[in-house]
Amino acid sequence: MIIGLDVGGTHSDAVLFDSRGLVRDIKVPTNPDNLYETLLTAFDLLMEGQRPEDVKRLVLSTTLATNMVVQNTLPPVAMIVSGGPGIDPEHFRVGDHYYVVRGALDHGGREIEPLDEQQIKAVGEQIRAAGLPYVGVVTKFSVRNPEHELRLAELLAPYVERVFMGHPLSGVLSFPRRIATTFLNAAVYPVHRDFFTAVQESLAQKGIVVPIRILKPDGGNMNMATSLDYPAQTILSGPSASVMGAIAYARADESCLVLDIGGTTTDMAIILDGVPVLASGGIEIGPYKTLIRALQTRSIGIGGDSVVRVRDSQISIGPDRLGRAMAYGGPLPTPTDAFCVLGLADGGDRSRSVQGLTPLAAALQLSVEEIAELIFTTACREILTAARNMVSDINSRPVYTVHEMHEGIQIQPDRMLVLGGPASQFAERLTTLFPGEVMPVPHWQVANAIGCALARTTCEVTVYADTARQVVTAQGEGYHQNIPASFDLGNIREIALELVRKKALARGANPEFVQTEVVEEAQFNMVRGFYTVGKNIRVRAQVKPGLIHGYDPQTETLNRSDL
Amino acid sequence: MLRATHKTGLVFFPAFDWAIDPTHPEREERLLYTQDQVFEEGLLDIDGIVELKSDLVNIKDIQRVHFCVPDPWAVITESHLISAGGAKTIGMAVMDGTIERGFALVRPPGHHANRVVHGARGFCNINIEAIMIEYLRRAYGVDRVAIVDTDCHHGDGTQDIYWHDPDTLFISIHQDGRTLYPGSGFLNDFGGPNAAGTTINLPLPPETCDEGFLYAIEHAVLPILEDFQPQLIINSAGQDNHYSDPITNMNFSARGYARLTSMLKADIAVLEGGYAIEGALPYVNAGIIMAMAGLDYSHLREPDFNPDRLHQDPDVTRVIEKTCNYALEIWNKRAAITHTVRKKPDCGERRRQIFYDTDNILETQEETIRICDDCAGALRIDSISDRGVRMLGVTIPRKACSRCIEQGHQWYENGDRNHYRHIFLQDRVTDRYSERKD
Repeated sequence: MIIGLDVGGTHSDAVLFDSRGLVRDIKVPTNPDNLYETLLTAFDLLMEGQRPEDVKRLVLSTTLATNMVVQNTLPPVAMIVSGGPGIDPEHFRVGDHYYVVRGALDHGGREIEPLDEQQIKAVGEQIRAAGLPYVGVVTKFSVRNPEHELRLAELLAPYVERVFMGHPLSGVLSFPRRIATTFLNAAVYPVHRDFFTAVQESLAQKGIVVPIRILKPDGGNMNMATSLDYPAQTILSGPSASVMGAIAYARADESCLVLDIGGTTTDMAIILDGVPVLASGGIEIGPYKTLIRALQTRSIGIGGDSVVRVRDSQISIGPDRLGRAMAYGGPLPTPTDAFCVLGLADGGDRSRSVQGLTPLAAALQLSVEEIAELIFTTACREILTAARNMVSDINSRPVYTVHEMHEGIQIQPDRMLVLGGPASQFAERLTTLFPGEVMPVPHWQVANAIGCALARTTCEVTVYADTARQVVTAQGEGYHQNIPASFDLGNIREIALELVRKKALARGANPEFVQTEVVEEAQFNMVRGFYTVGKNIRVRAQVKPGLIHGYDPQTETLNRSDL
Repeated sequence: MLRATHKTGLVFFPAFDWAIDPTHPEREERLLYTQDQVFEEGLLDIDGIVELKSDLVNIKDIQRVHFCVPDPWAVITESHLISAGGAKTIGMAVMDGTIERGFALVRPPGHHANRVVHGARGFCNINIEAIMIEYLRRAYGVDRVAIVDTDCHHGDGTQDIYWHDPDTLFISIHQDGRTLYPGSGFLNDFGGPNAAGTTINLPLPPETCDEGFLYAIEHAVLPILEDFQPQLIINSAGQDNHYSDPITNMNFSARGYARLTSMLKADIAVLEGGYAIEGALPYVNAGIIMAMAGLDYSHLREPDFNPDRLHQDPDVTRVIEKTCNYALEIWNKRAAITHTVRKKPDCGERRRQIFYDTDNILETQEETIRICDDCAGALRIDSISDRGVRMLGVTIPRKACSRCIEQGHQWYENGDRNHYRHIFLQDRVTDRYSERKD
């Protein structure tokens, strides 16, 4: 039996799966002030009459970390950075306890300037005096050589409870993003730890013994033990739950646009040949640009409960939500009220919707039915425009080789998969405005929780080899080996795939079904003077994002005895 | 938060799968460490710096500038279409106003490519700056353009293309041609009889330091630019003046390059040479981007930067001062110089041999320009390579007067097909390129 539980901003959804398929699904309102209570309420409702020992897999997605960042309730943490030549690291300041120290590495990881240990100890004293239990340490080019970060961590250990380093977070180069990500990791940590420890304990009391898995924004999950090292990787996982909920219905030979139409927003993403498109950078949230790997998603402020107004003789929808639709007792008219007027919504008080739309209709000299139609079409058109812009942004991503330029894959969505509360109404209307097929995802109201339940354990590694210096390193994995000068791309590829497999297993993947792949690789002859002295080889490998092995989307059932 | 004071666009096309040959300086690895530095600095994340995807140029864009023998496909690779496309993308974004300035960090380079192209010389096949400029003139109606070439090698290809064009000011600052490839670009090379003075060469002695380069910018380049009043300033941003460059002898630093960029205020920079790929390019390129965007670059320096080792010899300083004064004089007296030049009976003729070092081709060229006061003048080029291909190329300039149009057509139609394997007409008035097929 598998459980997927997605604590969203407005609603929380939970599903229970077994060999018979989707056994139960529930939806409860989220109490943003007490996510713990929301989570357990949803869980208890879902498990009513079920045997806890049957639960073999449990995946959670929450807005816990996202809310802390968005609402700016992150606890203070100290940051120590060293940059060396380039942009003044002072520009990347985060938080009130930010220290720039001496020490520098170059792009090859060679030391330009050593650390000043006395200076670092003095900073340690200051951090202790300020009573800060957590510190993040980041150096420029630490992914090429972590020595400085490791030494910083060692020197600071006596002064704090825990040190977070930058290089294990990602193999991607970006000093400012490494600083922001390390900061978030350290800042999110205590709340994340307390929350999930409490959840795990409560579940244990209920007889659930399997380790919790937590969803990440890249459409995969990690086990709780891993999440304590990388708590920031839980930020903005919500949209990826929806994409994974739709992915079973995207064919391997087409590109699909996924729309998750919620109460407040519509989230969109692209699935290309059955695989979700990843964002080229990391997630951006609030003032932070990070190295947190994520699916390429875009969110616009149009949902079923968005406020509808007339501005400059035009219908304007959202981006704000001020409670539910008028049909359900809300204060202002919304697209849901338009559905009510058109007879497309179940329940709800149509007369209140009519009352809400009447002044808008009058302002535009239309009938109430006409204005309802107009609101509906406007919402669809704006969603499609935003989707088109996202696709065009993906298509205009720069490439760095003649080969890629030649390939020039241009995405043009063939199909649209719609999920979320008003999915069926929207799908019907979008059909008339979109050239391809439009399909509401089965169980569209809880498809996000299904995606959460069925997502794989994912991770990636970046491997960097220099055959002139005869070394291969994968700093995120603490991997550093000597290699013969004769090593080539094939050897390094093997190392990368082995490392990513090991990492996935440590994060909770099933050893029988780990599907790894190389996502980027390059090999350069290093010429010094007139001779080739070696090769500079770079390989990035990942677990292919997707659904767990054994799920059959046709029958919507699981055919694995261990689950 | 860090924010660019000038909205700056960047096309980054390192052509990680293209090389002249595996150990050639112009190889896959060249911009690898630059990419590492640019990414690690987070330059592309800065508010006001945008990365644009390179567009391709088409054959028409190339033929607006070059006579390719026998045809463009024979002398280029796809990589050239992309690097020229990178420059064009930046140019269009500047003209469209989506960016204020831009830098095409692309390879392969282009400034040694002449109007006639039989193959590659100085690692260049087609002139990516000229292709961009002529596209912008056609598409946006740009007229007056200045090119400041700060590569260590004389920008002889760009000079050749604009030798007769009074609407294009070409200034090249480079290591003295007596000491470095391509061995040209002397003070007295100041342009053809229709455009005397709009080519300015500033040959600098070996061992010129930051001080000398910045002196030349301040005392020669900027006053001439101020006087010329271009609508666009293009910087052919070669980086081989760096003190660590393996194939040149200058002492310029990354911060010096950044300072030069701030002073020049070019609208568009296009990467040219620069082959100290680990010790210089990462820092010089970062410096140019930071300076274009108006960011503080005072923390930028090379790992081995030692200002004490980079002091300019007083003799070098004196030579530079003299050179700058002489160049200014040429500029100021260009009307009188034109008068003198035109007194020579054969002033409209030029006979040259051009060596293509990269492809080992020797070209012999005879050029005739119609002396004209109303336009840049019709141009006739008779060219043969030692591979035996002879061609006649006729250019009718962009703003040609009726008599030059007539002269151009006459040359084209009267070309003897038994003499020439190819007869081309580059008609810039109608923007048409044709080859006689009779």
